[in-house]
Amino acid sequence: MTILETQDLTYTYSPGTPFEKTAVDCVNLKIEEGELVGVMGHTGSGKSTLIQHFNGLLKPTSGKVILDGEDIWADKKKIRDVRFKAGLVFQYPEYQIFEETVYKDIAFGPKNMGLDEDEIKRRVYETAHDIGLKEELLERSPFDLSGGQKRRVAIAGVMAMEPKLLILDEPTAGLDPAGRDKLLEHIKAYHRRTRNTILIVSHSMEDVAGFADKILVMNKAKLFCYDDTSAVFSRAEEIAGIGLDVPQITKVFVELKKRGLDFGRDVYTLEYAKKLLLKELGGERGAGRC
Amino acid sequence: MLRDITIGQYFPGNSLIHRLDPRFKIVMTLIYIVMLFTGSSVFCLALGAVYTIIAIALSKIPVKMFFKSLRPLLPFLVLTAVLNVLFLDGGDVLFKWKFIEITEDGVRTSVFMIIRIVLLITGSSLLTYTTSPITLTDAIERLLSPLKKIKVPVHELAMMMSIALRFIPTLIEETDKIMSAQKARGAEIDSGSFMTRAKNMISILVPLFISSFRRADELATAMECRCYRGGDGRTRLRQLRSAARDYIALTVTVVFLAGTIVLNILLKQFGI
Repeated sequence: MTILETQDLTYTYSPGTPFEKTAVDCVNLKIEEGELVGVMGHTGSGKSTLIQHFNGLLKPTSGKVILDGEDIWADKKKIRDVRFKAGLVFQYPEYQIFEETVYKDIAFGPKNMGLDEDEIKRRVYETAHDIGLKEELLERSPFDLSGGQKRRVAIAGVMAMEPKLLILDEPTAGLDPAGRDKLLEHIKAYHRRTRNTILIVSHSMEDVAGFADKILVMNKAKLFCYDDTSAVFSRAEEIAGIGLDVPQITKVFVELKKRGLDFGRDVYTLEYAKKLLLKELGGERGAGRC
Repeated sequence: MLRDITIGQYFPGNSLIHRLDPRFKIVMTLIYIVMLFTGSSVFCLALGAVYTIIAIALSKIPVKMFFKSLRPLLPFLVLTAVLNVLFLDGGDVLFKWKFIEITEDGVRTSVFMIIRIVLLITGSSLLTYTTSPITLTDAIERLLSPLKKIKVPVHELAMMMSIALRFIPTLIEETDKIMSAQKARGAEIDSGSFMTRAKNMISILVPLFISSFRRADELATAMECRCYRGGDGRTRLRQLRSAARDYIALTVTVVFLAGTIVLNILLKQFGI
């Protein structure tokens, strides 16, 4: 089932002034339920503007956004319900934390939904578990936590609304590699439990490659492509042409192919590369780690 | 949206007015204000209007922008007009109903006041539209520098002003972002009852204060790292230089002021 569809979506900032800029230009796409989608594009390509349309924070200059079968702007008064269906986590979400305790902050969204106390409690505990926040942290002040923990509290705050579509804008920005991997693992755990669609905006090809089923690439306000991860990375040169980078391991294999060592498939994760190479070398012999 | 706030907004361009020395522009704006206040009849204001229209035409800024800057003052204008019409007596009575009495003087004064206020706002927004805030504070610092002799901390005041101005757009953007983030969590900010909206303001104010303090702290550290120690012996990257056009513009402004004064005296002599 299609969870999200856009039809000729266009958005222009400050029309009629010298600052006029079309940030999203005639985008048509369809995202199926339950998918993990990576959204990529260089700075200013319009990806952040695009995702703010999905939960109705921005109103399209022209075109439509259809979420879960309904045009989200059909009834202006229902736009709040759209925000519960499409949860958006902004970049550096830890700056939106304001409550006295972690529990209260995570509960802010569910409370706004009008859920009863028991349901709120269940959701807070389950998302805290998914995102890797220990229960004893829930009664602490969020301002005493470390940067990474704050980030997770903020993400949990949106996850707890259990939106059918969860959109994360650069969730790993500013985290160290270990923190980044851990966070992505936690997001996957949430996905395994809820089976909700997740969109992740990221600069890091490595992150997206190991994570997403499909990849959406934006370039100069236009949709460049939206396809399976392998199909997108097989266009390595085109992708490099619009200022993005394919994963390092893919580059290695593209070079190998040029030198006559063709594995017949595109490689974009280290694990897969390891398997292929070991097979090529004939067995598991001597290979400890990558 | 918060982004639509236009008062004091700089409108980039390269017109004659944009290129004038900001110090002269400030002085000219002051003369302009004096001009509007010395004029005691509609004819004097007509002179001011001519001056404003020429300046706006030269600045190449869309007239729409000036209407935008007037819009927030609309209630104030209406109030001025109503009060003047209702409570000023003198001249022929035009309209009378119970205790309400509208006189010719009342109508005349309210029209006069409205034109004066409109000109005042348009003229001074022209200054901020054509001068970036940073150059403006630079110019103010230079204009006030004689006050240093009587121990007024001119540099510190100007620095505080530039920092404040510099952070207005940043804070607006930040507020916008936090508002969006809380809206994404279902907070009712634009809609809902007054009480829920007031309650939800907390979810915006707390993060905003926290980030403002963080920013202030970071800025102070950054300034110290670059050995900032006040205005003594500091040189400037952008030197303000006056050119012939600045003197010409100033002369024109002074001529208009003189014109207003002369017109005033003449009108008084002929008793109009």
